[in-house]
Amino acid sequence: MSDRPVAEMSFEDALRELEEVVGKLERGEVPLDESIALYERGAKLRKRCEAKLQEAEEKVAKLTLDGDGTPTGTEPLDAG
Amino acid sequence: MDLIDEPEKAGNTPEFTVSELSGAVKRAIEGEFGHVRVKGEVGRVVRARSGHLYFDLKDDRNVLACTTWKGQIPGLSVIPEEGMEVVAHGRMTTFGSQSKYQLNAVEVAVAGVGALMAMLEKRKKALQAEGLFAPERKQALPFLPDVIGVVTSAQGAVIRDILHRLRDRFPRKVLVWPVAVQGKDCAPQVARAIAGFNAMTPGGALPRPDLLIVARGGGSIEDLWGFNEEEVARAAAASMIPLISAVGHETDTTLIDFVADRRAPTPSAAAEIAVPVRLELINDVDQLDSRLSRAVTEGVRGRKQRVSDLARLLPRPDMLVEDARQRFDYWSERLDLALKGRVSAGELRLSRAAGSLRPGLLQGRLDRARERQTGWSARLAPALARAARDKRTAFAHQAGRLSPVQIERAISKGRDDVRARLDRLRLVARTAQDRRQARLEALDSLRRTLGYTETLKRGYAVVRGDGDVVMTAKAAGKAGSLELEFADGKLAVGKGDAPRPKKAKPKTPPPDQGSLF
Repeated sequence: MSDRPVAEMSFEDALRELEEVVGKLERGEVPLDESIALYERGAKLRKRCEAKLQEAEEKVAKLTLDGDGTPTGTEPLDAG
Repeated sequence: MDLIDEPEKAGNTPEFTVSELSGAVKRAIEGEFGHVRVKGEVGRVVRARSGHLYFDLKDDRNVLACTTWKGQIPGLSVIPEEGMEVVAHGRMTTFGSQSKYQLNAVEVAVAGVGALMAMLEKRKKALQAEGLFAPERKQALPFLPDVIGVVTSAQGAVIRDILHRLRDRFPRKVLVWPVAVQGKDCAPQVARAIAGFNAMTPGGALPRPDLLIVARGGGSIEDLWGFNEEEVARAAAASMIPLISAVGHETDTTLIDFVADRRAPTPSAAAEIAVPVRLELINDVDQLDSRLSRAVTEGVRGRKQRVSDLARLLPRPDMLVEDARQRFDYWSERLDLALKGRVSAGELRLSRAAGSLRPGLLQGRLDRARERQTGWSARLAPALARAARDKRTAFAHQAGRLSPVQIERAISKGRDDVRARLDRLRLVARTAQDRRQARLEALDSLRRTLGYTETLKRGYAVVRGDGDVVMTAKAAGKAGSLELEFADGKLAVGKGDAPRPKKAKPKTPPPDQGSLF
Protein backbone atom coordinates (compact mmCIF):
# COMPACT_ATOMS: atom_id res chain seq x y z
CA MET A 1 0.00 0.00 0.00
CA SER A 2 1.43 3.33 -1.10
CA ASP A 3 1.55 6.16 1.42
CA ARG A 4 1.25 8.80 -1.24
CA PRO A 5 -1.52 11.32 -0.45
CA VAL A 6 -4.46 10.44 -2.63
CA ALA A 7 -5.28 14.10 -3.27
CA GLU A 8 -2.04 14.51 -5.22
CA MET A 9 -2.57 11.54 -7.46
CA SER A 10 -3.42 11.67 -11.14
CA PHE A 11 -6.53 9.87 -12.28
CA GLU A 12 -4.48 7.13 -13.85
CA ASP A 13 -2.39 6.48 -10.73
CA ALA A 14 -5.46 6.53 -8.49
CA LEU A 15 -7.26 4.07 -10.77
CA ARG A 16 -4.27 1.74 -10.89
CA GLU A 17 -3.89 1.71 -7.11
CA LEU A 18 -7.62 1.18 -6.67
CA GLU A 19 -7.36 -1.91 -8.89
CA GLU A 20 -4.48 -3.20 -6.76
CA VAL A 21 -6.38 -2.62 -3.52
CA VAL A 22 -9.46 -4.45 -4.81
CA GLY A 23 -7.31 -7.32 -6.08
CA LYS A 24 -5.58 -7.74 -2.73
CA LEU A 25 -8.82 -7.72 -0.78
CA GLU A 26 -10.47 -10.18 -3.16
CA ARG A 27 -7.60 -12.60 -2.88
CA GLY A 28 -7.98 -12.38 0.90
CA GLU A 29 -4.23 -12.21 1.35
CA VAL A 30 -4.14 -9.41 3.92
CA PRO A 31 -4.72 -9.64 7.70
CA LEU A 32 -8.05 -8.39 8.96
CA ASP A 33 -6.90 -5.13 10.55
CA GLU A 34 -4.86 -4.29 7.44
CA SER A 35 -7.79 -5.06 5.22
CA ILE A 36 -9.86 -2.41 7.01
CA ALA A 37 -7.13 0.15 6.37
CA LEU A 38 -6.95 -0.99 2.75
CA TYR A 39 -10.67 -0.57 2.38
CA GLU A 40 -10.46 2.98 3.67
CA ARG A 41 -7.66 3.74 1.23
CA GLY A 42 -9.70 2.21 -1.57
CA ALA A 43 -12.65 4.40 -0.72
CA LYS A 44 -10.44 7.50 -0.90
CA LEU A 45 -9.00 6.41 -4.24
CA ARG A 46 -12.49 5.85 -5.56
CA LYS A 47 -13.49 9.37 -4.52
CA ARG A 48 -10.41 10.74 -6.23
CA CYS A 49 -11.20 8.91 -9.45
CA GLU A 50 -14.78 10.07 -9.39
CA ALA A 51 -13.72 13.63 -8.77
CA LYS A 52 -11.35 13.52 -11.73
CA LEU A 53 -14.08 12.05 -13.88
CA GLN A 54 -16.41 14.85 -12.82
CA GLU A 55 -13.91 17.37 -14.16
CA ALA A 56 -15.22 16.67 -17.61
CA GLU A 57 -15.82 20.23 -18.50
CA GLU A 58 -15.13 21.37 -21.97
CA LYS A 59 -13.36 24.68 -22.10
CA VAL A 60 -12.00 25.69 -25.45
CA ALA A 61 -10.01 28.85 -25.93
CA LYS A 62 -7.98 30.31 -28.72
CA LEU A 63 -4.75 32.15 -27.95
CA THR A 64 -4.49 35.70 -29.14
CA LEU A 65 -1.08 36.57 -30.50
CA ASP A 66 0.63 39.88 -30.93
CA GLY A 67 2.49 40.96 -34.04
CA ASP A 68 5.53 38.84 -33.11
CA GLY A 69 3.37 35.78 -32.59
CA THR A 70 3.67 36.00 -28.81
CA PRO A 71 0.52 35.01 -26.91
CA THR A 72 -1.22 37.92 -25.29
CA GLY A 73 -4.34 36.25 -23.95
CA THR A 74 -7.23 34.03 -24.91
CA GLU A 75 -10.55 34.43 -26.59
CA PRO A 76 -13.39 32.02 -27.22
CA LEU A 77 -12.82 29.89 -30.27
CA ASP A 78 -15.29 30.19 -33.07
CA ALA A 79 -14.56 26.98 -34.86
CA GLY A 80 -17.69 27.33 -36.98
CA MET B 1 -2.24 74.92 -54.14
CA ASP B 2 -3.29 74.15 -57.66
CA LEU B 3 -6.78 73.09 -58.12
CA ILE B 4 -5.97 71.31 -61.32
CA ASP B 5 -3.33 68.62 -61.36
CA GLU B 6 -0.85 69.08 -64.11
CA PRO B 7 -0.13 65.97 -66.01
CA GLU B 8 3.28 64.57 -65.13
CA LYS B 9 5.99 64.90 -67.68
CA ALA B 10 6.41 61.69 -69.66
CA GLY B 11 10.01 62.41 -70.32
CA ASN B 12 11.83 60.51 -73.05
CA THR B 13 10.51 57.05 -72.15
CA PRO B 14 8.62 55.66 -75.14
CA GLU B 15 5.08 54.73 -74.46
CA PHE B 16 4.04 51.16 -75.34
CA THR B 17 0.64 49.79 -75.75
CA VAL B 18 0.13 46.59 -73.74
CA SER B 19 0.27 44.49 -76.86
CA GLU B 20 3.39 46.19 -78.08
CA LEU B 21 5.13 45.55 -74.79
CA SER B 22 3.83 42.01 -74.69
CA GLY B 23 5.18 41.45 -78.20
CA ALA B 24 8.53 42.93 -77.28
CA VAL B 25 8.80 40.74 -74.21
CA LYS B 26 7.84 37.72 -76.31
CA ARG B 27 10.56 38.50 -78.82
CA ALA B 28 13.11 39.08 -76.11
CA ILE B 29 12.29 35.86 -74.32
CA GLU B 30 12.11 33.80 -77.48
CA GLY B 31 15.36 35.32 -78.67
CA GLU B 32 17.17 34.75 -75.42
CA PHE B 33 15.73 31.30 -74.55
CA GLY B 34 15.08 29.86 -77.98
CA HIS B 35 16.60 26.57 -77.01
CA VAL B 36 16.69 25.49 -73.33
CA ARG B 37 16.90 22.37 -71.23
CA VAL B 38 15.30 22.57 -67.80
CA LYS B 39 15.28 20.07 -64.96
CA GLY B 40 12.43 19.90 -62.45
CA GLU B 41 9.73 17.90 -60.84
CA VAL B 42 6.44 17.56 -62.65
CA GLY B 43 3.58 19.17 -60.78
CA ARG B 44 0.00 19.39 -61.99
CA VAL B 45 -0.61 17.73 -65.37
CA VAL B 46 -3.64 18.51 -67.56
CA ARG B 47 -4.46 16.92 -70.88
CA ALA B 48 -6.88 19.38 -72.48
CA ARG B 49 -9.81 18.21 -74.51
CA SER B 50 -8.12 19.73 -77.52
CA GLY B 51 -5.35 17.15 -77.08
CA HIS B 52 -2.72 19.62 -75.92
CA LEU B 53 -0.73 18.85 -72.80
CA TYR B 54 -0.29 21.42 -70.03
CA PHE B 55 1.91 20.72 -67.07
CA ASP B 56 4.06 22.41 -64.44
CA LEU B 57 7.72 21.91 -63.73
CA LYS B 58 8.82 22.98 -60.29
CA ASP B 59 11.56 22.99 -57.78
CA ASP B 60 11.28 23.93 -54.12
CA ARG B 61 10.74 27.60 -54.91
CA ASN B 62 9.41 28.19 -58.40
CA VAL B 63 7.06 26.81 -60.95
CA LEU B 64 7.40 26.84 -64.72
CA ALA B 65 4.32 26.38 -66.87
CA CYS B 66 4.89 24.06 -69.81
CA THR B 67 2.88 23.19 -72.89
CA THR B 68 3.28 20.48 -75.46
CA TRP B 69 1.02 20.77 -78.45
CA LYS B 70 -0.94 17.83 -79.65
CA GLY B 71 1.32 17.26 -82.66
CA GLN B 72 4.45 17.37 -80.52
CA ILE B 73 3.31 14.79 -78.02
CA PRO B 74 4.54 11.77 -80.03
CA GLY B 75 8.06 13.27 -79.83
CA LEU B 76 8.15 13.02 -75.99
CA SER B 77 10.19 10.26 -74.40
CA VAL B 78 7.72 10.10 -71.57
CA ILE B 79 4.31 11.57 -70.87
CA PRO B 80 4.88 13.60 -67.71
CA GLU B 81 3.16 12.48 -64.50
CA GLU B 82 2.92 14.31 -61.24
CA GLY B 83 5.94 13.83 -59.02
CA MET B 84 8.19 12.70 -61.83
CA GLU B 85 11.65 14.29 -61.95
CA VAL B 86 12.26 15.22 -65.57
CA VAL B 87 14.46 17.18 -67.96
CA ALA B 88 12.37 19.11 -70.50
CA HIS B 89 13.75 20.47 -73.72
CA GLY B 90 12.17 23.26 -75.82
CA ARG B 91 11.90 27.02 -76.27
CA MET B 92 10.57 29.66 -73.95
CA THR B 93 7.65 31.75 -75.12
CA THR B 94 4.99 33.94 -73.60
CA PHE B 95 1.23 33.87 -73.32
CA GLY B 96 0.50 37.52 -73.62
CA SER B 97 -3.19 37.39 -72.89
CA GLN B 98 -2.42 36.15 -69.35
CA SER B 99 0.93 37.84 -68.87
CA LYS B 100 2.51 34.45 -68.60
CA TYR B 101 5.73 32.95 -69.77
CA GLN B 102 5.99 29.27 -70.46
CA LEU B 103 8.08 26.55 -71.98
CA ASN B 104 6.99 24.86 -75.15
CA ALA B 105 8.40 21.43 -74.39
CA VAL B 106 9.23 19.29 -77.39
CA GLU B 107 10.99 16.62 -75.42
CA VAL B 108 10.54 15.39 -71.86
CA ALA B 109 12.80 12.76 -70.29
CA VAL B 110 12.85 11.21 -66.82
CA ALA B 111 15.60 12.67 -64.64
CA GLY B 112 15.35 10.56 -61.46
CA VAL B 113 13.83 10.85 -57.99
CA GLY B 114 11.81 14.02 -57.47
CA ALA B 115 13.93 16.85 -56.17
CA LEU B 116 11.53 17.59 -53.35
CA MET B 117 11.40 13.99 -52.27
CA ALA B 118 15.14 13.74 -52.60
CA MET B 119 15.53 16.78 -50.38
CA LEU B 120 13.09 15.32 -47.88
CA GLU B 121 14.97 12.03 -47.88
CA LYS B 122 18.19 13.92 -47.21
CA ARG B 123 16.68 15.76 -44.26
CA LYS B 124 15.16 12.59 -42.94
CA LYS B 125 18.51 10.82 -43.06
CA ALA B 126 20.28 13.71 -41.37
CA LEU B 127 17.75 13.87 -38.51
CA GLN B 128 17.73 10.13 -38.18
CA ALA B 129 21.50 10.12 -37.94
CA GLU B 130 21.15 12.64 -35.11
CA GLY B 131 18.90 10.13 -33.36
CA LEU B 132 15.79 12.33 -33.42
CA PHE B 133 13.60 9.40 -34.53
CA ALA B 134 14.92 6.97 -31.91
CA PRO B 135 12.18 5.02 -30.11
CA GLU B 136 13.77 5.72 -26.72
CA ARG B 137 13.23 9.46 -27.30
CA LYS B 138 9.46 8.94 -27.48
CA GLN B 139 7.60 10.18 -24.40
CA ALA B 140 4.63 8.37 -22.94
CA LEU B 141 1.34 10.19 -23.42
CA PRO B 142 -0.59 11.10 -20.26
CA PHE B 143 -3.53 8.78 -19.62
CA LEU B 144 -5.89 11.67 -19.03
CA PRO B 145 -4.44 15.09 -19.96
CA ASP B 146 -5.92 18.09 -18.16
CA VAL B 147 -5.15 20.61 -20.87
CA ILE B 148 -4.60 19.80 -24.52
CA GLY B 149 -2.75 22.24 -26.73
CA VAL B 150 -3.69 22.10 -30.38
CA VAL B 151 -1.50 23.66 -33.07
CA THR B 152 -3.59 24.10 -36.21
CA SER B 153 -5.65 26.54 -38.19
CA ALA B 154 -8.35 28.20 -36.05
CA GLN B 155 -10.78 27.74 -38.89
CA GLY B 156 -11.83 24.70 -40.81
CA ALA B 157 -12.73 21.07 -40.32
CA VAL B 158 -9.61 19.96 -38.50
CA ILE B 159 -10.17 21.78 -35.20
CA ARG B 160 -13.90 21.00 -35.38
CA ASP B 161 -13.20 17.28 -35.82
CA ILE B 162 -10.79 17.28 -32.89
CA LEU B 163 -13.16 19.14 -30.55
CA HIS B 164 -16.04 16.91 -31.56
CA ARG B 165 -14.17 13.74 -30.86
CA LEU B 166 -12.89 15.09 -27.53
CA ARG B 167 -16.40 16.04 -26.47
CA ASP B 168 -17.65 12.51 -27.32
CA ARG B 169 -14.93 10.81 -25.34
CA PHE B 170 -13.89 13.08 -22.49
CA PRO B 171 -14.39 16.86 -22.58
CA ARG B 172 -11.14 18.59 -21.69
CA LYS B 173 -9.64 22.07 -21.57
CA VAL B 174 -8.30 22.87 -25.01
CA LEU B 175 -5.98 25.69 -25.99
CA VAL B 176 -5.74 26.35 -29.69
CA TRP B 177 -2.65 28.08 -31.05
CA PRO B 178 -3.69 29.32 -34.48
CA VAL B 179 -1.13 28.91 -37.26
CA ALA B 180 -0.94 28.99 -41.02
CA VAL B 181 -1.04 25.40 -42.17
CA GLN B 182 0.43 26.03 -45.62
CA GLY B 183 2.62 28.51 -47.39
CA LYS B 184 5.86 30.04 -46.28
CA ASP B 185 4.55 31.14 -42.89
CA CYS B 186 3.50 27.65 -41.96
CA ALA B 187 6.79 26.18 -40.76
CA PRO B 188 7.96 29.12 -38.61
CA GLN B 189 4.54 29.54 -37.03
CA VAL B 190 4.16 25.87 -36.20
CA ALA B 191 7.68 25.72 -34.76
CA ARG B 192 6.97 28.81 -32.66
CA ALA B 193 3.65 27.42 -31.41
CA ILE B 194 5.26 24.18 -30.22
CA ALA B 195 8.02 26.11 -28.47
CA GLY B 196 5.48 28.62 -27.09
CA PHE B 197 3.33 25.92 -25.45
CA ASN B 198 6.46 24.45 -23.88
CA ALA B 199 7.44 27.88 -22.54
CA MET B 200 4.22 28.25 -20.53
CA THR B 201 4.54 27.64 -16.79
CA PRO B 202 2.29 25.05 -15.21
CA GLY B 203 -0.47 26.76 -13.27
CA GLY B 204 0.34 30.11 -14.85
CA ALA B 205 -2.06 32.63 -16.23
CA LEU B 206 -2.32 30.48 -19.32
CA PRO B 207 -2.51 26.81 -18.31
CA ARG B 208 0.37 24.86 -19.79
CA PRO B 209 -0.94 21.89 -21.79
CA ASP B 210 0.18 18.40 -20.82
CA LEU B 211 -0.39 17.11 -24.34
CA LEU B 212 0.09 18.69 -27.78
CA ILE B 213 -1.62 17.87 -31.05
CA VAL B 214 -0.16 19.28 -34.28
CA ALA B 215 -2.79 18.82 -36.95
CA ARG B 216 -3.59 19.59 -40.54
CA GLY B 217 -6.05 18.22 -43.07
CA GLY B 218 -5.13 16.47 -46.30
CA GLY B 219 -3.54 18.26 -49.24
CA SER B 220 -0.95 17.99 -51.95
CA ILE B 221 2.67 17.39 -51.08
CA GLU B 222 3.31 21.11 -51.59
CA ASP B 223 0.47 22.02 -49.24
CA LEU B 224 1.90 19.81 -46.53
CA TRP B 225 5.43 20.93 -47.18
CA GLY B 226 5.66 23.14 -44.11
CA PHE B 227 5.51 20.03 -41.92
CA ASN B 228 8.53 18.67 -43.76
CA GLU B 229 10.66 21.63 -42.75
CA GLU B 230 13.54 20.99 -40.44
CA GLU B 231 12.62 23.75 -37.97
CA VAL B 232 9.23 22.10 -37.37
CA ALA B 233 10.82 18.69 -36.87
CA ARG B 234 13.36 20.14 -34.46
CA ALA B 235 10.72 22.02 -32.48
CA ALA B 236 8.65 18.82 -32.17
CA ALA B 237 11.72 16.86 -31.10
CA ALA B 238 12.58 19.48 -28.49
CA SER B 239 9.05 19.54 -27.02
CA MET B 240 8.97 18.48 -23.38
CA ILE B 241 5.22 18.10 -23.68
CA PRO B 242 4.24 14.79 -25.33
CA LEU B 243 3.20 15.48 -28.92
CA ILE B 244 0.85 13.75 -31.36
CA SER B 245 1.22 14.57 -35.05
CA ALA B 246 -1.79 14.35 -37.35
CA VAL B 247 -0.86 15.85 -40.70
CA GLY B 248 -2.68 15.04 -43.92
CA HIS B 249 -4.31 11.72 -44.66
CA GLU B 250 -3.21 8.33 -43.47
CA THR B 251 -1.05 7.83 -46.56
CA ASP B 252 0.81 11.14 -46.17
CA THR B 253 3.93 10.98 -44.08
CA THR B 254 5.72 14.18 -43.21
CA LEU B 255 8.92 14.81 -41.32
CA ILE B 256 7.11 15.79 -38.10
CA ASP B 257 5.51 12.31 -37.99
CA PHE B 258 8.92 10.76 -37.43
CA VAL B 259 9.82 12.95 -34.46
CA ALA B 260 6.37 13.08 -32.85
CA ASP B 261 5.81 10.85 -29.80
CA ARG B 262 2.80 9.36 -31.59
CA ARG B 263 1.61 9.65 -35.15
CA ALA B 264 -2.14 9.74 -35.71
CA PRO B 265 -3.49 8.94 -39.17
CA THR B 266 -6.09 11.74 -38.97
CA PRO B 267 -6.94 14.66 -36.65
CA SER B 268 -9.94 12.74 -35.23
CA ALA B 269 -7.70 9.80 -34.50
CA ALA B 270 -5.38 12.16 -32.64
CA ALA B 271 -8.26 13.10 -30.34
CA GLU B 272 -8.97 9.40 -29.74
CA ILE B 273 -5.38 8.79 -28.83
CA ALA B 274 -5.38 11.86 -26.57
CA VAL B 275 -8.18 10.94 -24.15
CA PRO B 276 -9.90 7.78 -22.91
CA VAL B 277 -13.68 7.37 -22.99
CA ARG B 278 -15.17 8.95 -19.87
CA LEU B 279 -18.25 6.72 -19.64
CA GLU B 280 -16.11 3.61 -19.75
CA LEU B 281 -13.95 4.94 -16.95
CA ILE B 282 -16.98 5.82 -14.82
CA ASN B 283 -18.20 2.30 -15.33
CA ASP B 284 -14.78 0.88 -14.42
CA VAL B 285 -14.63 2.92 -11.21
CA ASP B 286 -18.18 1.89 -10.25
CA GLN B 287 -17.29 -1.73 -10.71
CA LEU B 288 -14.12 -1.39 -8.70
CA ASP B 289 -16.12 0.32 -5.95
CA SER B 290 -18.64 -2.48 -5.68
CA ARG B 291 -15.88 -5.05 -5.77
CA LEU B 292 -14.12 -3.16 -2.99
CA SER B 293 -17.19 -3.20 -0.73
CA ARG B 294 -17.95 -6.81 -1.51
CA ALA B 295 -14.37 -7.89 -0.93
CA VAL B 296 -14.15 -6.27 2.51
CA THR B 297 -17.57 -7.54 3.60
CA GLU B 298 -16.73 -11.00 2.36
CA GLY B 299 -13.42 -10.82 4.20
CA VAL B 300 -15.07 -10.13 7.55
CA ARG B 301 -17.93 -12.57 7.00
CA GLY B 302 -15.58 -15.33 5.97
CA ARG B 303 -13.43 -14.87 9.05
CA LYS B 304 -16.46 -14.87 11.33
CA GLN B 305 -17.62 -18.08 9.77
CA ARG B 306 -14.28 -19.70 10.28
CA VAL B 307 -14.17 -18.65 13.93
CA SER B 308 -17.58 -20.15 14.64
CA ASP B 309 -16.73 -23.31 12.72
CA LEU B 310 -13.57 -23.78 14.70
CA ALA B 311 -15.30 -23.01 18.00
CA ARG B 312 -17.79 -25.77 17.33
CA LEU B 313 -15.04 -28.25 16.73
CA LEU B 314 -13.22 -27.34 19.98
CA PRO B 315 -13.84 -30.18 22.60
CA ARG B 316 -14.51 -29.44 26.36
CA PRO B 317 -11.35 -29.77 28.44
CA ASP B 318 -12.92 -32.00 31.21
CA MET B 319 -14.10 -34.38 28.48
CA LEU B 320 -10.59 -34.74 27.29
CA VAL B 321 -9.30 -35.63 30.83
CA GLU B 322 -12.15 -37.99 31.71
CA ASP B 323 -11.62 -40.12 28.75
CA ALA B 324 -7.93 -40.35 29.39
CA ARG B 325 -8.48 -41.20 33.05
CA GLN B 326 -10.91 -43.97 32.26
CA ARG B 327 -8.58 -45.49 29.80
CA PHE B 328 -5.76 -45.28 32.31
CA ASP B 329 -7.79 -47.02 35.02
CA TYR B 330 -8.84 -49.75 32.68
CA TRP B 331 -5.38 -50.49 31.47
CA SER B 332 -3.66 -50.24 34.84
CA GLU B 333 -6.07 -52.82 36.24
CA ARG B 334 -5.47 -55.15 33.40
CA LEU B 335 -1.76 -54.68 33.80
CA ASP B 336 -1.77 -56.32 37.29
CA LEU B 337 -3.91 -59.22 36.20
CA ALA B 338 -1.99 -59.83 33.07
CA LEU B 339 1.29 -59.90 34.89
CA LYS B 340 0.14 -62.33 37.59
CA GLY B 341 -1.54 -64.65 35.10
CA ARG B 342 1.48 -64.73 32.90
CA VAL B 343 3.81 -65.72 35.79
CA SER B 344 1.67 -68.55 37.13
CA ALA B 345 1.10 -69.98 33.69
CA GLY B 346 4.83 -69.99 33.13
CA GLU B 347 5.52 -71.74 36.44
CA LEU B 348 3.03 -74.42 35.62
CA ARG B 349 4.52 -75.17 32.25
CA LEU B 350 8.02 -75.20 33.72
CA SER B 351 7.21 -77.73 36.44
CA ARG B 352 5.47 -79.97 33.93
CA ALA B 353 8.31 -79.96 31.56
CA ALA B 354 10.93 -80.45 34.25
CA GLY B 355 9.02 -83.35 35.83
CA SER B 356 9.30 -85.63 32.84
CA LEU B 357 12.82 -84.67 31.93
CA ARG B 358 14.94 -87.73 33.28
CA PRO B 359 18.02 -89.66 31.91
CA GLY B 360 16.13 -92.99 32.10
CA LEU B 361 13.64 -91.67 29.61
CA LEU B 362 16.35 -90.90 27.12
CA GLN B 363 18.14 -94.29 27.69
CA GLY B 364 14.92 -96.19 27.09
CA ARG B 365 14.41 -94.51 23.74
CA LEU B 366 18.03 -95.25 22.83
CA ASP B 367 17.72 -98.97 23.71
CA ARG B 368 14.57 -99.34 21.67
CA ALA B 369 16.20 -97.86 18.67
CA ARG B 370 19.21 -100.15 18.97
CA GLU B 371 16.98 -103.21 19.29
CA ARG B 372 15.13 -102.29 16.13
CA GLN B 373 18.35 -101.85 14.28
CA THR B 374 19.77 -105.32 15.26
CA GLY B 375 16.52 -106.99 14.26
CA TRP B 376 16.63 -105.47 10.81
CA SER B 377 20.33 -106.34 10.32
CA ALA B 378 19.69 -110.00 11.14
CA ARG B 379 16.94 -110.22 8.61
CA LEU B 380 18.96 -108.66 5.88
CA ALA B 381 21.13 -111.67 4.64
CA PRO B 382 18.39 -114.38 4.59
CA ALA B 383 16.08 -112.01 2.75
CA LEU B 384 18.64 -111.47 0.04
CA ALA B 385 19.31 -115.24 -0.41
CA ARG B 386 15.63 -116.00 -0.57
CA ALA B 387 14.97 -113.42 -3.22
CA ALA B 388 17.83 -114.79 -5.39
CA ARG B 389 16.52 -118.34 -5.08
CA ASP B 390 13.02 -117.35 -6.11
CA LYS B 391 14.29 -115.59 -9.23
CA ARG B 392 16.44 -118.57 -10.20
CA THR B 393 13.45 -121.02 -9.94
CA ALA B 394 11.31 -118.76 -12.07
CA PHE B 395 14.06 -118.61 -14.65
CA ALA B 396 14.46 -122.39 -14.83
CA HIS B 397 10.74 -122.79 -15.18
CA GLN B 398 10.61 -120.41 -18.11
CA ALA B 399 13.72 -121.99 -19.72
CA GLY B 400 12.07 -125.42 -19.55
CA ARG B 401 9.10 -124.14 -21.41
CA LEU B 402 11.32 -122.90 -24.23
CA SER B 403 11.51 -125.97 -26.77
CA PRO B 404 12.04 -126.27 -30.67
CA VAL B 405 9.10 -128.70 -31.04
CA GLN B 406 6.63 -125.90 -30.80
CA ILE B 407 8.34 -123.88 -33.50
CA GLU B 408 8.75 -126.90 -35.82
CA ARG B 409 5.08 -127.68 -35.43
CA ALA B 410 4.17 -124.15 -36.38
CA ILE B 411 6.47 -124.27 -39.42
CA SER B 412 4.98 -127.53 -40.83
CA LYS B 413 1.48 -126.21 -40.26
CA GLY B 414 2.36 -123.05 -42.13
CA ARG B 415 3.88 -125.09 -44.99
CA ASP B 416 0.63 -127.17 -45.33
CA ASP B 417 -1.40 -123.97 -45.45
CA VAL B 418 0.72 -122.58 -48.25
CA ARG B 419 0.42 -125.83 -50.21
CA ALA B 420 -3.37 -125.93 -49.92
CA ARG B 421 -3.67 -122.35 -51.01
CA LEU B 422 -1.40 -122.88 -53.99
CA ASP B 423 -3.59 -125.82 -55.11
CA ARG B 424 -6.68 -123.73 -54.92
CA LEU B 425 -4.97 -120.95 -56.81
CA ARG B 426 -3.94 -123.33 -59.60
CA LEU B 427 -7.47 -124.72 -59.91
CA VAL B 428 -9.02 -121.29 -60.09
CA ALA B 429 -6.46 -120.12 -62.66
CA ARG B 430 -7.02 -123.13 -64.84
CA THR B 431 -10.79 -122.73 -64.82
CA ALA B 432 -10.53 -119.07 -65.79
CA GLN B 433 -8.08 -119.95 -68.59
CA ASP B 434 -10.45 -122.59 -70.00
CA ARG B 435 -13.31 -120.15 -69.95
CA ARG B 436 -11.34 -117.54 -71.87
CA GLN B 437 -10.15 -120.12 -74.42
CA ALA B 438 -13.72 -121.25 -75.17
CA ARG B 439 -14.86 -117.67 -75.61
CA LEU B 440 -11.94 -116.91 -77.91
CA GLU B 441 -12.81 -119.86 -80.11
CA ALA B 442 -16.46 -118.88 -80.29
CA LEU B 443 -15.54 -115.38 -81.29
CA ASP B 444 -13.05 -116.61 -83.88
CA SER B 445 -15.63 -118.84 -85.56
CA LEU B 446 -17.97 -115.83 -85.61
CA ARG B 447 -15.22 -113.83 -87.18
CA ARG B 448 -14.63 -116.44 -89.84
CA THR B 449 -18.29 -116.56 -90.87
CA LEU B 450 -18.17 -112.79 -91.34
CA GLY B 451 -14.90 -112.84 -93.41
CA TYR B 452 -14.74 -112.97 -97.28
CA THR B 453 -13.03 -116.37 -97.18
CA GLU B 454 -16.31 -117.89 -96.07
CA THR B 455 -17.94 -116.21 -99.12
CA LEU B 456 -15.27 -117.86 -101.28
CA LYS B 457 -16.39 -121.23 -99.87
CA ARG B 458 -19.81 -120.52 -101.26
CA GLY B 459 -18.34 -120.36 -104.80
CA TYR B 460 -17.31 -116.77 -105.20
CA ALA B 461 -13.86 -115.61 -106.28
CA VAL B 462 -11.77 -112.48 -105.80
CA VAL B 463 -10.08 -110.95 -108.86
CA ARG B 464 -6.86 -109.02 -108.41
CA GLY B 465 -5.06 -107.07 -111.04
CA ASP B 466 -1.43 -106.22 -110.45
CA GLY B 467 -1.99 -107.06 -106.77
CA ASP B 468 -5.07 -104.89 -106.22
CA VAL B 469 -8.67 -106.01 -106.12
CA VAL B 470 -10.45 -105.49 -109.40
CA MET B 471 -14.14 -104.64 -109.18
CA THR B 472 -15.03 -103.78 -112.82
CA ALA B 473 -14.41 -105.25 -116.26
CA LYS B 474 -12.87 -101.94 -117.29
CA ALA B 475 -10.33 -102.15 -114.53
CA ALA B 476 -9.62 -105.76 -115.42
CA GLY B 477 -8.93 -104.77 -119.01
CA LYS B 478 -6.39 -102.21 -117.88
CA ALA B 479 -4.53 -104.54 -115.51
CA GLY B 480 -1.28 -106.06 -116.68
CA SER B 481 -1.93 -109.37 -114.96
CA LEU B 482 -4.86 -110.89 -113.14
CA GLU B 483 -5.10 -113.32 -110.28
CA LEU B 484 -8.15 -115.24 -109.08
CA GLU B 485 -8.57 -116.29 -105.54
CA PHE B 486 -10.82 -119.19 -104.70
CA ALA B 487 -11.57 -120.88 -101.48
CA ASP B 488 -8.92 -123.43 -102.00
CA GLY B 489 -6.17 -121.19 -103.45
CA LYS B 490 -5.01 -118.60 -105.98
CA LEU B 491 -4.64 -118.90 -109.75
CA ALA B 492 -2.87 -116.49 -112.11
CA VAL B 493 -4.55 -116.05 -115.47
CA GLY B 494 -2.59 -115.20 -118.55
CA LYS B 495 -2.45 -111.83 -119.93
CA GLY B 496 1.10 -111.69 -121.05
CA ASP B 497 3.63 -112.34 -118.45
CA ALA B 498 2.75 -113.82 -115.23
CA PRO B 499 2.61 -111.29 -112.49
CA ARG B 500 5.52 -110.90 -110.21
CA PRO B 501 4.54 -112.54 -107.06
CA LYS B 502 3.48 -109.94 -104.73
CA LYS B 503 3.27 -110.09 -101.11
CA ALA B 504 -0.20 -111.32 -100.37
CA LYS B 505 -2.15 -108.44 -99.19
CA PRO B 506 -5.88 -109.10 -99.11
CA LYS B 507 -7.71 -105.94 -99.81
CA THR B 508 -11.27 -106.98 -100.14
CA PRO B 509 -12.46 -106.58 -97.45
CA PRO B 510 -9.70 -106.74 -94.90
CA PRO B 511 -12.02 -106.55 -92.03
CA ASP B 512 -10.40 -104.77 -89.24
CA GLN B 513 -11.91 -106.47 -86.34
CA GLY B 514 -9.68 -105.01 -83.74
CA SER B 515 -9.08 -106.94 -80.68
CA LEU B 516 -11.91 -108.23 -78.71
CA PHE B 517 -9.72 -108.69 -75.76
